[in-house]
Amino acid sequence: MSMTMAEKILAKAAGKKEVGAGEIVMANIDVAMTHDLTGPLSVESFEKIGVEKVWDPEKIVVMFDHQVPADSLEAAANHITMRKFVKQQGINNFYDVREGVCHQVLPEKGHIVPGEVVVGTDSHTCTHGALGAFSTGIGSTDMAMVFATGKLWFKVPETIKFNITGALKDYVYAKDVVLNIIGTIGADGATYKACEFGGETTQKMSVSDRMVMCNMAIEMGGKTGLVEPDQKTFDYIKGRSTKSYKVMKTDLDAESLEAMDFDVSKLEPQVACPHHVDNVKPISEVEGTDIDQVFLGSCTNGRLDDLRSAAKILKGKKVSDSTRMLVIPASREIYMKAMDEGLLRTFVDSGALVCNPCCGPCLGGHIGLIGPGEVSLSTSNRNFKGRQGSPEGEVYLSSAAVAAASAIKGKVTDPRDL
Amino acid sequence: MKGKVWKFGDDVDTDVIIPGRYLVLTGEKELAEHVMEGSNPDFSKKVQKGDMIVAGKNFGCGSSREHAPIALKGAGVAAVVAESFARIFYRNSINVGLPLIEAKNTSKISQGDEVEIDMDKGILRDVTTSEEFEVVGLPEFMLQILQSGGLIPYLKENLAEIKGD
Ligand code: SF4
Repeated sequence: MSMTMAEKILAKAAGKKEVGAGEIVMANIDVAMTHDLTGPLSVESFEKIGVEKVWDPEKIVVMFDHQVPADSLEAAANHITMRKFVKQQGINNFYDVREGVCHQVLPEKGHIVPGEVVVGTDSHTCTHGALGAFSTGIGSTDMAMVFATGKLWFKVPETIKFNITGALKDYVYAKDVVLNIIGTIGADGATYKACEFGGETTQKMSVSDRMVMCNMAIEMGGKTGLVEPDQKTFDYIKGRSTKSYKVMKTDLDAESLEAMDFDVSKLEPQVACPHHVDNVKPISEVEGTDIDQVFLGSCTNGRLDDLRSAAKILKGKKVSDSTRMLVIPASREIYMKAMDEGLLRTFVDSGALVCNPCCGPCLGGHIGLIGPGEVSLSTSNRNFKGRQGSPEGEVYLSSAAVAAASAIKGKVTDPRDL
Repeated sequence: MKGKVWKFGDDVDTDVIIPGRYLVLTGEKELAEHVMEGSNPDFSKKVQKGDMIVAGKNFGCGSSREHAPIALKGAGVAAVVAESFARIFYRNSINVGLPLIEAKNTSKISQGDEVEIDMDKGILRDVTTSEEFEVVGLPEFMLQILQSGGLIPYLKENLAEIKGD
């Protein structure tokens, strides 16, 4: 039977020869990630089941990234809960306050390989599909079941394959492509579906660009993002993971496959406007909007490529007095590379604040919150009402280049106009 | 099930249901104090046990935070009716035992109406306007979880079977 990549991975995980979209399967989990914010609820639920030990401590990864270092007594208490749990259960894959954002650290540390099933108590777990894993966000009770049994039920999703073609213009990036897709199909355009990104443009993209696209699959309702593994995938994994893996690819005649073509050769930089991610406009329609804060970071665009493109624009320039800029590398590895390359120096010289690797203002729970009436331009993935602090604030989303250009002018700016 | 309607629109996201800054809280009651405050600051003060939320499409989009259905349940919300739900919210709600009802044309139901749900017959009735709406049934497996009172009690009953497979 012809199957999609998502179906093949779930079939393997469920110990079946074939599965079809709509079927409910019980799948074995290869990697289970939880973090400081959703971890405590997962532990609480796990304890209610009454099982002493987790099914396999080696397959669990615990990350501290949302509130690091602890910014409140509640956060400190959550950290204590999780440190205790990790110790008690003998979990070695534990990254305390220093390492960075989960969706960057997991692939970096070699936890993600093609063909596996990855779950995380975080909706952007779909990021890891960039390496060809079936990876999806779940809730804390779901995670408690995984902790106890190593299994979880899934409804096998249908797949939308986005065939992306055309060379991107200068200053147009993977972020613009995915925002354009979301703006076109809507915030529920791919609900319950696997979003597979393909086509020549995707093939030319770096692994980090592919992560940007898969990261935002959830913003159109997707269950996972996916990219077919290729040499770039294998090169990325080499030296990071010792796990053996199996590469699975979509059969183009699979029954549950729907294809959509996107020609991006004429695409302009895109901006998602408040308060919905699918409220996407070309930058020309948003230019000149005053902004109070620029945030460069997050699991969407806090990677080295992003810091490089922003630093190139900011070099020798100053962040406008009417705005403030926060730069938060997505991980310690990126932070150190950015330090070696002199990027951090450029940011500090320009007047930006460089913070420790963490989620930062992305979720409006930690540093850098915006106040009532303030406007944020952010390279992250969500602009919901109240997402970065006050419900009376506004959030715009863009690429790192647009963020850097806008920081210089204090208003939404097309980097090509500088 | 019968209750008063609280009306919301399309794409109600998890940051509206429970903002990120409250995620350090895990208690049902504490979370309930802030539920929906971004969209309707009166909601958490005025909602009564047994009330229902009626919304448009893509309810619960956004984060994986289970705090969202827990906060709604903690506030006494008996069920959420919407034209469609985001998938993680959907799973989470079933898992914590918050009934979700998928129905078409929910825009015809107004704030303050009284609605009645017959889960067995698959019918939603607006008592105020006497209009009836068809309900999309839940898959058998999810009904079992809801009937057990959520995933944890379901797991306790079936642990050996699931583990042994
Ligand atoms: S950076 Fe933002 S979206 Fe990514 S995991 Fe952190 S809070 Fe979530």
